[in-house]
Amino acid sequence: MRPAGSLVLTVCVHTVFHSTLAFSLYLLFAGHNTAGGGFAGGLVAGAALVLRLVEGGPRSLRQAVPASPLALLGAGVALVGAVGAAGWLVGGRFLESGRLTLDVPLLGTVKATTSLAFDAGVYLVVVGLVAAVLRTLGEEDVPDRGGDRP
Amino acid sequence: MLILLGAHALLAAVALAWPRAGRHAPLLCALAPAAVLAWVAWQAGPVLDGRPVVEQTAWVPQLGLELTFRLDAFGLLMTLLVAGVGALALLYSRWYFAPDRPDLGRFCGWLTAFAGAMLGLVLADNLFLLYVCWELTSVTSYLLIGFEDERVEARRAALQALLVTSLGGLAMLAGLVLLGQAAGTWSLHELLARPPRGAAAEAGLALVLVGAFAKSAQVPLHGWLPAAMAAPTPVSAYLHAAAMVKAGVYLVARLAPAFASVGFWRPAVVGVGLASMLVGGWRALRQHDLKLLLAHGTVSQLGFLMVLFGLGLPEATAAGVALLLAHALYKATLFLVVGVVDHQAGTRDLRRLTGLGRRLPVLAAAAVAAAASMAGLPPLLGYLAKEEAYDALWGTGGTLALVALAGVVAGSVLTVAYSARFLHGGFAGPPGAASGVPRPAAGFVAPAATLAAAGVVLGVAPALASELLVPAAGALDPAAPAEGLALWHGLTPALGLSALTVAAGAGLFVGRAGVATAQARLALARGVEEAYRAGMLALLRGAARVTGVVQSGSLPVYLGTILLTVLALPGVALAGGVLGWPAGARLAGLEFADSPVQPAVGLLLAAAAVGAAVARRRLAAVVLLGAVGYGAAVLFVVQGAPDLALTQFLVETLSLVAFVLALRHLPDRFTHRHWRLGRASRVVISAGVGLFVAAFALLARGARSGAAVSGAYLEQAEPEAGAANVVNAILVDFRGFDTFGEVTVLTTAGLGVVSMVVLGRRIGAEVGGVRPRRDAPGDPEASRDAP
Repeated sequence: MRPAGSLVLTVCVHTVFHSTLAFSLYLLFAGHNTAGGGFAGGLVAGAALVLRLVEGGPRSLRQAVPASPLALLGAGVALVGAVGAAGWLVGGRFLESGRLTLDVPLLGTVKATTSLAFDAGVYLVVVGLVAAVLRTLGEEDVPDRGGDRP
Repeated sequence: MLILLGAHALLAAVALAWPRAGRHAPLLCALAPAAVLAWVAWQAGPVLDGRPVVEQTAWVPQLGLELTFRLDAFGLLMTLLVAGVGALALLYSRWYFAPDRPDLGRFCGWLTAFAGAMLGLVLADNLFLLYVCWELTSVTSYLLIGFEDERVEARRAALQALLVTSLGGLAMLAGLVLLGQAAGTWSLHELLARPPRGAAAEAGLALVLVGAFAKSAQVPLHGWLPAAMAAPTPVSAYLHAAAMVKAGVYLVARLAPAFASVGFWRPAVVGVGLASMLVGGWRALRQHDLKLLLAHGTVSQLGFLMVLFGLGLPEATAAGVALLLAHALYKATLFLVVGVVDHQAGTRDLRRLTGLGRRLPVLAAAAVAAAASMAGLPPLLGYLAKEEAYDALWGTGGTLALVALAGVVAGSVLTVAYSARFLHGGFAGPPGAASGVPRPAAGFVAPAATLAAAGVVLGVAPALASELLVPAAGALDPAAPAEGLALWHGLTPALGLSALTVAAGAGLFVGRAGVATAQARLALARGVEEAYRAGMLALLRGAARVTGVVQSGSLPVYLGTILLTVLALPGVALAGGVLGWPAGARLAGLEFADSPVQPAVGLLLAAAAVGAAVARRRLAAVVLLGAVGYGAAVLFVVQGAPDLALTQFLVETLSLVAFVLALRHLPDRFTHRHWRLGRASRVVISAGVGLFVAAFALLARGARSGAAVSGAYLEQAEPEAGAANVVNAILVDFRGFDTFGEVTVLTTAGLGVVSMVVLGRRIGAEVGGVRPRRDAPGDPEASRDAP
């Protein structure tokens, strides 16, 4: 039997976890105009995953990222490549960026560029990499605490 | 032409991806060469009149790489052979393989790809395109020779063919680069129009010849061709008659008129060709396997072709073109015939076959026509070609031509003898001896009969063949004679030599018992095979030794190598640059600090770095390293680079976590064991690299010669990329390609980490007897679905 995790830690991590993820998404979307971007956003999300690993061990990490980290990596690269190839489709060069400006009620003018999709791909790759490292290196080491044991 | 090649690729892909196509796969795939034949027939008029069809498509224009295809009259002849024999071989394979064979689609796919590669080779005008197609034929033939991959000799033969021909191909690539550089063009026909001279061009030429000899199985690189008999018969027929081995002959034929005057060319090509012709013919005489007999015969006939083309004389070239066509027709026929015999009678051993001639008359007729053409009996195409060859060599005079003539006559005597041996062994015998052999389907015999008939028709009506052959020879060498083949030249020396050849060959056949004892006594050592084996062994051992030295497994050695390289190359260059610079300009405009925070942070950074270097405990070292990273982030903040600072903080944090996770595997303190790289040398290297980096940072800022890109980026960020954050605009837009590359690197690193750890765990489990956690009762994966 493993020692039970600290209740305080569990509550704190679960409180912070989702707001950290939200912040990482904010960084991803805001990156085009203020500090942030897909890389920084992905790292913040990775930090959130570290919290889960510290709090509840590999199982908690698995609950946080049910998908395979390698699938995330692959999806990220595929997205980045697809954005690049889309540049060809619209008759431009590889990675030619496009832009779409929409007037959405309540939100005002929203500017969407293909760069956002590109950045999202970078975000996925970074999250995937962090998750892969944490899962493989953390698997044996961090004692498995918390979570719902049968 | 690109469309036709695309059709080959498409049909090959369809056949490969659709294993259930079964019996339909050969017919489907034959559409591609059939389309080529139709297209060639459509283009034949202007091409034979001397107006080549040229198609050019940009490939990598920045590098001068173009997909240039050029169809001239010689290319037309080759295309006819490649597509014609290819289509027949595909149709033939419909009957050759068992109907329910599941991998028929795979076979047809590779054969179609092979045909497409060969087609590209004979049409290519760009040297690199030629090389790419050349190697594609090597790769596809590897897959075809090793098609029956459950047999070890098939796999071994395939590997040998691949190694020999692609090593030759590499030599050829170097040669083509040298030739192209010397000529200043990558176009084959421009190269031939203005052949370069000089040492570089000649070295290039020699390398190209090595490639051509390897591809065309010339002595001493001929070992792979008989071994390649492990391939299914349709492949052998195609490989020997129209594709692959003809590539080397094709290239020599193209190059010879322009380069034959280079000193070493004629002796080298004629010497190798004659040696191949004699060795091949001699060895064909002692084979009992019909397929092996033909394979050695191919080595011999390719040598003949090499001699004729390699001389680079107009008459010899014309004879070579005729022999090329004749050889393709009779060799394909004979292989297809052997395939039928093997399929129906269950053996190819000429000691066991008997009486097949009466039992399978149509097949026997085709075999007789083809073998007679191979032996050079009138009135067949092979006779016309050999007659013209004798005539050309006799008429040229000179020592080399006479030596070549003598060798060719001797080789042809052997050819007559092994042709007779083939027919006698395969088909002779009393009637009824083979009554148990089932008769083949008409479609199975048809391809062989078609090709044999073509050889007869073109022999009886030489004017028909000349329509094709005269322009083809003219495309190679404008001085080639304009009169075509003829059955009767009058009582010429060539006729006398032909008669002598046939008589001597017949004599060899009649006295075959004596020949066999002579061969047994003289038994040539299997030197080539042994040399190949020894070479392979040496290669593997050498590779193991090099790996042992380079991959020492010591992290300090790896790092030390990298850092020493940094010191040796850019470091020395930097030192040289510093010495050459005026002292005042070196550090002009350098200030101590931009703000008081900088020196303070810098001091902390330095202290942390020193601490990390001398720390005894691993955890302490890691934390101090982290402090260095955070300090750098603070410097970024001070300099007003929030993006950089944010990323640095996050990366530092996550690296720290990864470090701590990894540290759990390691002892608490650094151990003082024996290191491959001693402490002193490590200190010296570190100090050197530190000095180098510091000096570089100090000097780089004063070394700017062009305008900074940052200004342009700042201006363009909003209008071009629609971004107010210029760092992000650079990452995802201006330098998006770099980011793409980095993302790929990250992914690769992730895969590497996962596989390394998983593998390490598995090895650990095997060595330590510890079962991996995955199988443990508390396994999260297993219990996840449990309530």
